[in-house]
Amino acid sequence: MRRVYLDHAATTPVDPEVADLMAQVLREVSGNPSSIYAEGRQARALVDRARDEVAQAIGADPAEIVFTSGGTEADNLALRGVLKAREGEADGIVTTAIEHHAILDTALDLEAHGQARVTVLPVDRDGRVSAQAVARSIDERTAIVSVMHGNNEVGTLQPVLEIGAICRERGVAFHSDAVQTVGALAIDVRTMPIDLLSVNAHKFYGPKGVGALFIRRGTRVSTVQTGGGQEKGRRTGTENVSGIVGLGAALRIAASRRAVESARQAELRDRLIREIRSRIPDATLTGHPTDRLPNSASFCFSGTQGEALVVSLDLEGFSVSSGSACTSGNTDPSHVLLALGLDRDLAQGSLRLTLGRDTTGADIDALLAALPPIVARLRAASGATVSA
Amino acid sequence: MTEAPDLYSDAALDHLTRPRNAGTIPDPSGIGSDTNPSCGDRTVITLTIADGRLRDVRFRTFGCTAAIASASVLTELATGLEADAAVQLMPADILRALGGLPERKEPCALMAIGALRGALLDARVRAG
Ligand code: FES
Repeated sequence: MRRVYLDHAATTPVDPEVADLMAQVLREVSGNPSSIYAEGRQARALVDRARDEVAQAIGADPAEIVFTSGGTEADNLALRGVLKAREGEADGIVTTAIEHHAILDTALDLEAHGQARVTVLPVDRDGRVSAQAVARSIDERTAIVSVMHGNNEVGTLQPVLEIGAICRERGVAFHSDAVQTVGALAIDVRTMPIDLLSVNAHKFYGPKGVGALFIRRGTRVSTVQTGGGQEKGRRTGTENVSGIVGLGAALRIAASRRAVESARQAELRDRLIREIRSRIPDATLTGHPTDRLPNSASFCFSGTQGEALVVSLDLEGFSVSSGSACTSGNTDPSHVLLALGLDRDLAQGSLRLTLGRDTTGADIDALLAALPPIVARLRAASGATVSA
Repeated sequence: MTEAPDLYSDAALDHLTRPRNAGTIPDPSGIGSDTNPSCGDRTVITLTIADGRLRDVRFRTFGCTAAIASASVLTELATGLEADAAVQLMPADILRALGGLPERKEPCALMAIGALRGALLDARVRAG
């Protein structure tokens, strides 16, 4: 059966050019970048080139890029590293209710161990935090504000420029988890007042298990793990050379295709949203109607349950996801959907469709044909009465 | 490449795509419901009893694949049984009929049993 993959927010397939490059590095480059002899220097040169590529893509200086094992580690390094650097001076974290667990759970863990005071700001029905609320939450002991750029579940983009400007004025470090937007939206840290930015390679057709944290020069971040002192002591551990090469190449390619590709996906997304709303009664779009990730369409269908939607679509060849409870063995309904103010039952019927480079108009048509009868069947089983 | 292992049995998936006896009996002998406390999902079972036997058993499930398949297959297992025998149906009977469920989904099957027993009890109370 032909499969249609519509879960690019979960992960993306590795670009073939990136895969070839990585395979070549694995086969031919054996050195440790810390060694001073030829093999080491060769590996170091590759890591440096990748650092240049990442820096170039986001308008940073190469010295401001720290490679990590992915987005989760980048988020941890940002929060824990800043808090540690400010120990004794400032311990406040201001963040939002719809952050990724890598941020929320890290903040709450720091708080549970008495290392931070955490303010979790609510979002509106569209999933947006108010910049004014951020401003009001900052006090003289605030060390860092962390607000994601684009939400992974509902696609909403946050007013990071406004929030960043407020943080700069108040002298507070501003971190943004941008794993969903790097490669998809224009990001330039020369003009965006963001001090720390998390990047994750496998969200833009690079390998899994490698990411980066942009740390603006002058932002104090202490190392979180101890060891051999790589990455100028900011992230110790032997570099994942092939992964880092893959990250750099993937971001270079994504940046070169971004403008055309994101516009193409946004057009397909708009059709998908429009047609789902017209073909399925009582379909609730989640997230902001327009200010959202170019590849993301997310809905809740009353009277349906997300796991049953995902399994039913899988049977017909579609790979999609749901933020509802029980899809991943986790029984908590999505904290993001609840933070939007959706009631628990409605949040259960969530479906997230995220497009990618490989998504065609025919894929969208196929999904639009398959989905309405599935929703209708699940509603018939649950006895949901829906007014058309 | 290795094939992805199946999450659900073919039997369970068949009940998901072709639910048996979905619906509500308008004037039932008994009605019962149960909720899965971990997710808030629900199953309602209505049934009619004549001469001590379950003639018609229908379900409504707002829940996952396992919950829908369990309720659907349970209506098949229960129909035609004497009420005393239907009370004895166990989660293991559902699992056997479905060819198993993913382990973490077994609590979802309990809901169907809870709803059926509730309906049988309700029928007994109503019959006096
Ligand atoms: S019934 Fe809710 S997850 Fe199975």
